Amino acid sequence: MSDALRPLIVGAGPAGIRAAQTLVDAGLRPIVVDEAASGGGQIYRQRLVPDNRTPRDLYGSEAGKATALHGTFARIRDRIEYLPHSLVWNVGDKAADVAAGGRTRRLDFSHLILATGATDRILPFRGWTTPGVFTLGGAQIALKSQGCAIGEQVVFLGSGPLLYLVAWQYVKAGARVAAVLDTAPFSAKLHLLRGLPSQPGVVLRGLRYAAELMARGVPVRFGVEPDRIEGETRVEGIVWRERSEKHRLACDAVGYGFALRSETQLADLAGCRFVFDGRDRAWRPERDIAGRTSVSGVYIAGDGAGIAGADAAELAGERAGLALLEDTGVTVDRARIVVLERRLAAINRFRDILEAAFPFPGGWADRVDDDVLLCRCEEISIGQARAAMREQGVHELNRLKALTRVGMGRCQGRMCACAAAEILAAARGQPLEAVGRMRTQPPIKPLPLEIAADGETA
Amino acid sequence: MSRTLLKDVAIIGGGLVGSSAALALRRMGFSVALLEKGFCGAQASGVNYGGVRRQGRPPEQIALSQRAHAIWPRLKEIIGIDGEFVSSGHLKLARTEAEMASLESYAARVAELGLDLELIGRSRIRERFAWIAGDVAGASLCPGDGHANPRLVSAAFALAARRAGAEVLEHTPVSHVEKVPEGFHLSAGSGTEVRARFVINSAGAWAGTFAEAFGEPVPLRRIYPSMIVTEPLSVFMNVNIGAEGGGIYARQVERGNCIVGGMRGKPAADLDFSRPTGSGAVTIMNRAAALFPALRNAYAIRFWSGTEGEMADRNPVIGFSRTTPNLIHAFGFSGAGFQIAPAVGEVLAELVRDGESRTPIEAFAIDRFARMDQGSPVGSVPEPLKRETSK
Repeated sequence: MSDALRPLIVGAGPAGIRAAQTLVDAGLRPIVVDEAASGGGQIYRQRLVPDNRTPRDLYGSEAGKATALHGTFARIRDRIEYLPHSLVWNVGDKAADVAAGGRTRRLDFSHLILATGATDRILPFRGWTTPGVFTLGGAQIALKSQGCAIGEQVVFLGSGPLLYLVAWQYVKAGARVAAVLDTAPFSAKLHLLRGLPSQPGVVLRGLRYAAELMARGVPVRFGVEPDRIEGETRVEGIVWRERSEKHRLACDAVGYGFALRSETQLADLAGCRFVFDGRDRAWRPERDIAGRTSVSGVYIAGDGAGIAGADAAELAGERAGLALLEDTGVTVDRARIVVLERRLAAINRFRDILEAAFPFPGGWADRVDDDVLLCRCEEISIGQARAAMREQGVHELNRLKALTRVGMGRCQGRMCACAAAEILAAARGQPLEAVGRMRTQPPIKPLPLEIAADGETA
Repeated sequence: MSRTLLKDVAIIGGGLVGSSAALALRRMGFSVALLEKGFCGAQASGVNYGGVRRQGRPPEQIALSQRAHAIWPRLKEIIGIDGEFVSSGHLKLARTEAEMASLESYAARVAELGLDLELIGRSRIRERFAWIAGDVAGASLCPGDGHANPRLVSAAFALAARRAGAEVLEHTPVSHVEKVPEGFHLSAGSGTEVRARFVINSAGAWAGTFAEAFGEPVPLRRIYPSMIVTEPLSVFMNVNIGAEGGGIYARQVERGNCIVGGMRGKPAADLDFSRPTGSGAVTIMNRAAALFPALRNAYAIRFWSGTEGEMADRNPVIGFSRTTPNLIHAFGFSGAGFQIAPAVGEVLAELVRDGESRTPIEAFAIDRFARMDQGSPVGSVPEPLKRETSK
C-alpha cells in the first residue's frame, strides 16, 4: 500500500462513512470533509445539543442503522483526517478548495469519492416562499437536529417516501400534523405491492407510517393538486384541489417536496460526464455500478449519484471504496463485491416501483400560473421565464439563466433549476433532457469575501 | 440538412461586434448571414465585466469610443431594451502619487477629445466617495461613462438583427471559407453553405484562424478575465470603479449585486470555455473587501470567466484585409471591446457600403504588425505565434 495515496471523501453521510471505513480497513487514511458538525448525513443527522431523545425517538425504525453508522464513524475517527463544518467549494485537477472558519485551503488528493447526497426537489406553487413553508428535508432537520417542529399545526404536502416518514416522525414527536396531502392518487400506492417480494421491510414500514398516521386521526388525502398557501407574513392556511373540488385547511406551517434531487455540482467541477436519468428526471454524473465516473480517480456514491436512498448509499459507499482499492492494485474481496452489486441492483429495481408509487406531479409545468415565483433568489416569476422562451426563442437552460437570471442567485440553481427545466421543456414541447442542465460555477455555496487563503488554491 | 444561402455579407462570429454589424447592415438594406458556432453573445461579449468606459483608452480609440458613447443611451430604441445601461461615471483610482501622475498625464493627452475628465485629489475623494476605504492618492472621474449588462446587451443585438431580417444561425461553426471570383464561399455546420460578396471576420478569440487562412497571421492570444459577483446588497457604489495599474475593477448593479474583477482565469478542459482559478477569485474577493468596507461581511455567490482575444499591442484589428478584397476583420478587442462594439458594428457596415468609414480606424489596420517587422515578408509577425485552434 502506497503512502502517497491520499483519498478525499466529500460528505459524511451513509455513503461517505462506509467509503471511509472501507479505505481505513485497507490501511488507508482518507480525508473526510463534511459540511455538518457531526457525521450521519441528512438521514442520520445527529442532535446539535444532547437532549433526552433516544435513537429510537430520532430515527424510528432506522435507529439500528443510524446507531451502527455513527458507531462505525466513531471507531474510525482516529484513522481518518476528519474536517467537519467544512465546505468543499471548488474541485480542480487532483485538488479541492476547502473553506472552514473563515479560511480556505487547498487539499491535494490522489482520489476523490463524492458522497454529496441530495436535497428536496422543489416545485413552486402560489405562496411557496411564505415564511413557515419548509422543505420536507428542512422540516426533518429542525426536528432531528434541534428538537423543533416547524409549526404547531403542520401540513405535509408532496410526493415521495419522505412525505410519510417526516409526517410520522412529527406525530411521534408529539407535534400536531393537520394533514398529509399526497399529490399522487391512492391507486399509485398499489404499485408498492409489487415491491413486497423483494423489499418487504421497506414496503411494510411505509404502510405502517401511513396506517399510524391515519390511526392517530391525521387526514391523509390523495390526488391533491396544491393551489396556494395563504398568509402574508406567515402561513395561515393551504388551499388545494381534489378532483377539481377546492379544499382549505388552516395551518401555520407547511413542509413539502417532490422526491429528491442529487447534489452534483462538485462532480461537474471535477469534469465528470453527465447522463440524463429519466427516473430522476435529472442529469447526473455517469457512473458504473461501482461508482466510477468518467474521470479517472473520481468516484461517486449515494444519492449524489442518482436517487436510491440511504440503504443503497451505504452499499454504494462501500462499493466505491472497493473500486478505488481495486483501481490502485489492492486485492479486494470479490465475494463481497458480488453481494454489494446484487443488493444495489435489487434496490435499483425497487426504485422503479417507488417512482410509480410516488410519481412526479405530471402536468405541473403546464398548470402553474405565470405570477408564481420560479427563482426565489433572483425573484424571477414563471411568467418571466416563459416570456423569454416565447419572445427570445430560449430553448436551453443556461441560455434561460443568462437572459432571465433564473439560477443566478445565492443557491446557484440548486433549488430552482429542476423546476426551470420542467417549465422550459413543457413550454417548448421538448423532452426534459433536451433543455440541458445548468453548468456549475464555483463556489458551489456562498463564500465570505474576507475569507483568508492559506497558500494556493485548486 | 443541406442548404445554400446567397447573401451580400457573411459574418463569422455572433458576438457583440458581429451582431451589431449585422443589425447596421440590415438597416442599410444588405442581406446578411450571421454565423455563430455556439449561442450569440455567449463568449466574451456576454460574460465580460460590463464596463461602458471611454476613460483609459489609448487616444487612437477615442473617436470610435465617442461614437459608441452616443449609441449606449439609445439602446432601447435600437435593440428594444436598455441593457441596464447606467451612465454612472467611471472613477479611476490612483493608489500612489506615481499612479496619480499617470492619470494626470493621461488627462492631458486626451484633453481635446471630449472626455471631460475631472481629476480629484486625496481629500476630495474622501468627501465625495466615503465608501472607498484606504489610502487613495486621488482619482480621475469620467462623468459620462458607466456600465451595462453584457448578458442582455449582446443577446439583444443578435435578436434585433434577426428581427431586422438577418439570417442568424447559431450552433453553426464555419469550417471553411475561401475566396472565389464572385466573392466568398463559406461552409458551416449542419450542411450550410453561404455565398457572399463580403465576409466580416468578427470571431473574437477564434478570429486568428480565419485571418491566417487569408495569409494574415496576427499576434492574437487568449485571455480569460475572471469576475466574482456578490449577493445583492444595499446600493452604495454609485460609479463604475477602475484602478490605474489594474488589479481591481468593480460596479454595483441596480439590484444590489457587486461585480468585481481584476484577475485572470484559465482555460477549461473544453478549450472554448474557461473557468476562474480559486486563488484568483479569492484574491479579487479580498481586494474588494479591503477597498470597500460595505463588502466586508458580504458573500460571493458566483465566479465566472470568459474567453477573449488579446492583441500584442492591445489594440483591436478593425478594417479591410490587406490580402483579400472584400474581407473585413474586426477582432482582438483585448478585454476592452464592450463599450466600443456597437460603434464598430456601424463602422463595419460603412466599410461594406462605402469602402470607408467616417470614423478613423487606421490605427487598427491588420498589417501594422507586419510593418513593425521590417524586412520580413508581409504576413509574418514579430513574435512566434502560439497557435491555438478552436477545436
